[in-house]
Amino acid sequence: MTVPGPSPAEIAPPGAPGGGLAFPRILRRSATTFGTLLVTLFGLLLATFLIARVVPIDPVLAIVGDRATQAQYEAARVALGLGRPLWEQFIAYAGDVLTGDFGRSTLTSRPVLQDVAGAFPATLELATLATLLGVLVGIPAGVVGATHQGRWPDQLIRVVGLLGYSVPVFWLGLVALLVFYGQLGWTAGPGRLDTAFELSYEFDVTPYTGSILLDSALSGAWDVFGNALSHLVLPACVLGYFSLAYIARMTRSFMLEQLGQEYVTAARVKGVSEARVVWVHALGNAAVPLITVVALSYATLLEGSVLTETIFAWPGIGLYVTNALFAGDFNAVLGGTFVVGVAFILLNFLSDLLYRIVDPRAR
Amino acid sequence: MTSLAPEKTDLRAWLNSDTPRSRGHARAIALWGALSDLARNPLTVFGALLILALLLTAAFAPLIATHAPDAQNLAGRLQPPGWNGHLLGTDELGRDIFSRIVHGSRVTLSVVAIVALTAPLFGLLIGTVAGTLGGWTDRVLMRFTDIVLAFPRLVLALAFVAARGPSIENAVIAIALTAWPPYARVARAEALTVRRSDYIAAARLGGASTPRIILFHVVPMCLSSVIVRVTLDMAGIILTAAGLGFLGLGAQPPLAEWGAMISSGRQFLLTNPWVATIPGIAILLVSLGFNLLGDGLRDVLDPRSARR
Amino acid sequence: MSTFARRTGTASRLALGTALAALALLGAAPAVLAETPADTLVIANGIDDLISLDPAQAFEFSGLDQINNIYETLVEIDPATLQPVPGLAESWTVSEDGQTFTFKIRQGRVFASGNPVTAKDAAFSIQRAVRLNQSPAFILTQFGLTPENVEQTVTAPDDQTLVLKLDRPYAPTFVTNALTAEVGSVVDMQTVMEHVEGEDFGNAWLSVNSAGSGPYMLRAWKPNESVILEANPNFDRPVPLKRVFVRHVVEPATQRLLLENGDVDIARNIAPTDIDAIEAGPNTHMQTELRGQIYYLSGNQKNEILAKPQVMEAIKYLIDYEGMANTIVKGTNQVHQSFLPQGFLGAITDKPYAQNVEKAKQLLAEAGYPQGFAIEILIRNEQERIDIAQALQGALAQGGIQASIRQTTGAEALSIFRARNHQLTLQTWGPDYPDPNTNASVFAANADNTDEGQLTGNLAWRNAYPATETTPMVAEAVVEKDEAKRRALYEEMQRISQKSSPFAIMFQRSEPAGIRDGVEGFKAGGAVSSAFYWTVTKGGAAAQ
Repeated sequence: MTVPGPSPAEIAPPGAPGGGLAFPRILRRSATTFGTLLVTLFGLLLATFLIARVVPIDPVLAIVGDRATQAQYEAARVALGLGRPLWEQFIAYAGDVLTGDFGRSTLTSRPVLQDVAGAFPATLELATLATLLGVLVGIPAGVVGATHQGRWPDQLIRVVGLLGYSVPVFWLGLVALLVFYGQLGWTAGPGRLDTAFELSYEFDVTPYTGSILLDSALSGAWDVFGNALSHLVLPACVLGYFSLAYIARMTRSFMLEQLGQEYVTAARVKGVSEARVVWVHALGNAAVPLITVVALSYATLLEGSVLTETIFAWPGIGLYVTNALFAGDFNAVLGGTFVVGVAFILLNFLSDLLYRIVDPRAR
Repeated sequence: MTSLAPEKTDLRAWLNSDTPRSRGHARAIALWGALSDLARNPLTVFGALLILALLLTAAFAPLIATHAPDAQNLAGRLQPPGWNGHLLGTDELGRDIFSRIVHGSRVTLSVVAIVALTAPLFGLLIGTVAGTLGGWTDRVLMRFTDIVLAFPRLVLALAFVAARGPSIENAVIAIALTAWPPYARVARAEALTVRRSDYIAAARLGGASTPRIILFHVVPMCLSSVIVRVTLDMAGIILTAAGLGFLGLGAQPPLAEWGAMISSGRQFLLTNPWVATIPGIAILLVSLGFNLLGDGLRDVLDPRSARR
Repeated sequence: MSTFARRTGTASRLALGTALAALALLGAAPAVLAETPADTLVIANGIDDLISLDPAQAFEFSGLDQINNIYETLVEIDPATLQPVPGLAESWTVSEDGQTFTFKIRQGRVFASGNPVTAKDAAFSIQRAVRLNQSPAFILTQFGLTPENVEQTVTAPDDQTLVLKLDRPYAPTFVTNALTAEVGSVVDMQTVMEHVEGEDFGNAWLSVNSAGSGPYMLRAWKPNESVILEANPNFDRPVPLKRVFVRHVVEPATQRLLLENGDVDIARNIAPTDIDAIEAGPNTHMQTELRGQIYYLSGNQKNEILAKPQVMEAIKYLIDYEGMANTIVKGTNQVHQSFLPQGFLGAITDKPYAQNVEKAKQLLAEAGYPQGFAIEILIRNEQERIDIAQALQGALAQGGIQASIRQTTGAEALSIFRARNHQLTLQTWGPDYPDPNTNASVFAANADNTDEGQLTGNLAWRNAYPATETTPMVAEAVVEKDEAKRRALYEEMQRISQKSSPFAIMFQRSEPAGIRDGVEGFKAGGAVSSAFYWTVTKGGAAAQ
């Protein structure tokens, strides 16, 4: 009996929404691409809305609090528009969203869009740096693993990688904070900036994007930039470890496949140097499926990691949505989830575009 | 005793035979081949041993534990490992950490078992139906899968647990609810390659109904890739369950669940670090075990990473 | 360029950067020695409860802490003595019939905007709070002010005079004590009116901005991240520190790390186990203040088991008060068994209950449950409560009561409690204004115990406890003008409640704050008030 080889789609990371590679098949039909996107987005909006409304956490209580009288409670309920039928609420909500209005958060008294515009860049910084780490360390590690298959570098990389899969991130975060910040003082602590820099960020830096790194660089406030980076290092390393493990694993797998191909043998016979065979020819071809793998891991991180964000007091989107959920802050949950979902779908779309540009067979 | 040895050799010869004499024999040979490939990798063996240890611990928890997992002793709280017969020390209520870890293995194991049985089955069903039938069914089911995929997983799980109230059962269902889409995709991909094959056409000509074809001809072909995937996912399931426990949405106190143990121990991280560290190591070891085993399994079953 | 920070110690921070190839590519971080700016007070605190900074709406601990430093009230709490003293009103008189209060507004006071503080602002502020009718409004409406009559009952005949007409004669101290609450803050009418949207009285704007005359003004509030306050140059007393930076940090362990590394001056959520280490630390010390919150376990009287008086009494005898106070809540709570926290008029310190398993078993047998029973404890999902609930579980088990724990989000636990659907529940209650009526009216008075009564804000009602004996006493105490008699009434109510109410009151909270050496003058507000930032000084940065 031959065992069918798993398709790339099944090699998604544990704990990550997998299967990004099935997208290209759908998206290749460019005519329907846009329609598909719209349907998925609408479905996402509807699903989010229903989930938010079904959760029995009373949104009114989160606003009026412990002491409220029944009359105050009723007044707040009406003010939130919760008296109307569900479908009416959804139509009103969807209409508002189309015009870019996600409503006001009951928890922060501010427009949801403004909150999300603050939280999302924080997550974006973290996810980007973590993915960068994953790519810059994970791909070389995967290549080395493949070229030394079964020997000690491969085993070492495998064990270190699998440890990354296996460690509870909230635990690793706590321990890392204790060791690198508490004991050794190598990195800055929780939060995005030291207080001193938080103030100079507040007063000296123009918030073009909401990303402290970008804004401080654009404003030329390099001390703020440096401080932000030293705050980012630890959580990014903790998150990056996971994506590193995943990317290394996938790289190894794709490289083994490439190195077994005839063109590799042919190149070797022609006398092309081994380094060139591995790092240029084989890796070049392995890069095509790797794009999807990296995009997938990036998209997963963009969802925000509520656990990492809790440990590192990182005001990202994961923490924002979770807090909102616990308090029944519908608008915030809806807005946050929708933005994350859109980012996820768009990233898949982009990686598919890139895939088609890089891979001649897919054109 | 001596009579056993030749029998063993016979068995080995039978298992290593190049000429299978029956279908059962062929399967046994393939299985043996896979097993001996697995055994050749010390890391895989180590992983298997970790899982074996987990199984044994869970099975004999009351015998292994030195104390009742819920027995409190406020006067002897937060004591270091080795104190007064407490192998791994005591927690914030003076409970024996070793005994809680041992009993907690049952919680972890049952979470993994339930999710590993439900999510892949559901995914398999959706995927094979979509892949086999194609057309509108495929489109609708896959669009649904995409929507669930695009949804932040933890939010979905949190929403579910928030709706049903926190408990270990609801945490399990929540994880299963978010874990199925990748399986659906895997199964669909397999089903797409299988559905055009001759033997499916033959079965169809033989008058087999569509459900029968899916169940008896398509599903078995997808199983092996799903199984590899499940083994690799086990660690993720353990970590998600622990994460929910950490957020207070999993097991309810005083049930010994490793994630919840880390969560309550984190407040003593600076003064009594073992309280949070020990359950962390337990989670690490078990998920490492599943990962090593799953990784080895994939190397054996996945021709792409086979030895050159 | 930042003027706030020094650059030193580059080497150590660079070490990790160079260790990671990826970061080396980005250019390693220039490092900075962690030290807070000399003119800024940096506080680590969990501030995720903050939903609004409008004094007419805010009713959460961290919201009130900020408002206490941004706004002033007619009657203030003196940070040094924690006693009520004249605030924006320099004096007041009460009419013969005890129903009309006339306040004389201090002259020459100016809002942060530069507008003068007048009686019109004060009248507007009270009218606004009553009409917005948000959670804290009851502190004002309990005197008969309603959205309909507030134009007539609260008036400013001239810029220096504010007149309040109440529906009944109340004890004058009750009225003035209530006016120290943050809901009585005087807002800058002119500034607020510029930002009114529809019928919101400027609520949307004032939730995220400030318009007060207090020591600080709101510079920025980033939800779940930070609050930045800046000194108000128009404040009439010296404010030593130019800025206050409140940083949202949830984890007590993280707060301790920040404090020890010098990244914050004050850490307000310190775990019991970290107290000794911080006290012993080379640069840190602890400051523990008794606060107003009360921890209690209450039993729903709609539950037929818990409705048996002996059962609640048995539970009171099973709780291991001292055991918990010396271990899991050491330093964060102290044993307290009456509904008025220490620091309030009439508060008693009697502790009639201590763990007595034999007595409890005897009471349970009398009630008809010699073998105990199974019951559920509802708690909100919070580590301290989980610990206490598990300890309670262990203690109740000694009497044969098998308690299971039901843990939910705060909002859900509250809605179950308000709907009277709980069995036992572990809860806290914090006083709303510094007068004993604030707790007496919810623990010891129940005007209508029927389900239709819907007194959902009242703890006695939530537990279906009719409080027959004490309800009239509560009503009597609010109009009692003689302070000694008033005190005696509250003392008696507490003793009755200890004995026969379904509230097993266990602890009064204390706030252990970790403080950097050299930082002085911080007040968390005691039992009666909120935090005072403006009194804080830092070594080296003396008052100007």
